[in-house]
Amino acid sequence: MTGRSIGRGILTGYVALYVAILYFPVLLLPVFSFNNSATPKFPLTGLTFKWYEGLAGNSAMHSAAWNSLLVGVCASLFSTVLGICAARAITRHKFAGKGAASGLIMAPLILPEIIIAISLLVVLLSIGMELSLLTVILGHLLICVPYSVTVLVSGFEGFDPSMEEASRDLGETVWGTLRRVTLPMLMPSIVSSMLVTFTISLDEFILAFFLTGTEPTLPVYIWGQLRFAAKLPNVLALGSILIALSLVMLTVAELVRRRAEARTATT
Amino acid sequence: MNAGDTAVRVTGAARAGGARSWLRTDAGQGWLTLSPPLLYAILLLVGPILVIIANSFWTQDYLTIDHTFTLKNYREALTEPIYRDLLARSLFVAVLVSLVTVILAYPVAWFVSFHGGKYKGIWLFVITVPFWSGYLLRILSWKVILGTNGVLNTALQYFSIITEPVQSLLYNTNAVIITLAHSWAAFALLPLFVSLEKVDRTLLEAAADLGDNALRRFVRITLPLTMPGIIAALMIVMIPTVGDYVTPKLVGGKDGVMIANAIQAQFGKAANWPLGAALAVSTMVVVGAVSGLMVLLLLGLKRLVR
Repeated sequence: MTGRSIGRGILTGYVALYVAILYFPVLLLPVFSFNNSATPKFPLTGLTFKWYEGLAGNSAMHSAAWNSLLVGVCASLFSTVLGICAARAITRHKFAGKGAASGLIMAPLILPEIIIAISLLVVLLSIGMELSLLTVILGHLLICVPYSVTVLVSGFEGFDPSMEEASRDLGETVWGTLRRVTLPMLMPSIVSSMLVTFTISLDEFILAFFLTGTEPTLPVYIWGQLRFAAKLPNVLALGSILIALSLVMLTVAELVRRRAEARTATT
Repeated sequence: MNAGDTAVRVTGAARAGGARSWLRTDAGQGWLTLSPPLLYAILLLVGPILVIIANSFWTQDYLTIDHTFTLKNYREALTEPIYRDLLARSLFVAVLVSLVTVILAYPVAWFVSFHGGKYKGIWLFVITVPFWSGYLLRILSWKVILGTNGVLNTALQYFSIITEPVQSLLYNTNAVIITLAHSWAAFALLPLFVSLEKVDRTLLEAAADLGDNALRRFVRITLPLTMPGIIAALMIVMIPTVGDYVTPKLVGGKDGVMIANAIQAQFGKAANWPLGAALAVSTMVVVGAVSGLMVLLLLGLKRLVR
């Protein structure tokens, strides 16, 4: 009996340590972004907001932020639309070849990003397409769709298909049913999918680095700044803002998903 | 059901509007609904990868591509010592990272699945969140932690464990392995958790009632039943890590360079697409082969314990 509780204690301690190590590098840089010193090292020398104030007048950073926003919104929107199609086919229809076809759609999840990046780069350049934010969106869409599909499949599984059938039987058209039954029921998953894919696009570096032309997204901008040691504190400030933003969006996505789950569980 | 489907299809094909009536079947509707994302994946993933494979058999002469079939790029990719070393090191790093991540994550997944209670969802969320934020920043953070005047060295000096800063923490393969293992921790956890959730708890109770101790229950029931999750977790970490090039570039230094850095160079500065393509294809094939071997090994191991 005591042996068991000792084992349990060791396991709990291990999990606590694991989570602490997981978060330590993520939370370390924000600490230095408020530190007076220009190099990130201990001991801390004093509290300052100057690195954040330095970002305010930085027009190159602002345009990178706009680029990231544009890419993120487009990628999350289109990826959610494609995700709805895929999730619907996967959950509501039975057909031969479904496994292989959905496997293909999910493949970017485990392929090395550099392989996706160079393949797209070669094809886009070969057909004479200029590298721009559009090519970044095309690339991000590829890696965002699998996440949308995962979120939306559980959304479709969460509501009863007989509601759609009832709507059709009562005379609604296909589009009417989609607009008035399916989409409202799916709304939490749609919101969750958009937030998660926006976060992924905002954070993605490798595809953006290969596929962007002269307009950098925020991670590409950060990469460029890493060459200058003097700019490091500003980069840390910018990175801290991005991490905070990602955490907020992911938390909201999770809360929306949980509320929807609780709702379907009670009805 | 099946016979009915075929009947619909046969009569449908007999009529002029065969395709139209096929579209009204469940299968037709399914394919129709799936077609937008499927076409996207075919056009922007399968197509480009085929183009890369084709490229790897061509040669580049300054700016023009010579389309005659040749194995020259593969000969260079597989026999040049530099590429061979890079590929071997990348594989070593990827295999080690996937093993370390899975071994370290397994107890955590176990804890969440068996002792998470009603907080399982929150645990999973808390553990996976760092994975989604600050890819570049996390790598940069390890540079700050492992550097000569970094957090780890100053902390060790502060507690008088060392007197001189340890130089060998950063800019080598170890630094790459630590950083990658940290990056992919959350990804390994998910498949492990899913497979642990599927373990029938009554089997464990039965084994306990029949006198098996905790270790025996784990080795003979939990471990074999979660083998699919272990394999999935290994693959999902190993395949993407082999192609990471930011981590080796930022914390790897000269000794930590990986094959993705060489591939990137061929599509950037060196600008030899066919050679880069051959390096990329070779990497994928070798990773595929190593994954296959690992799966066979683990399945063999599973049979052995049973």
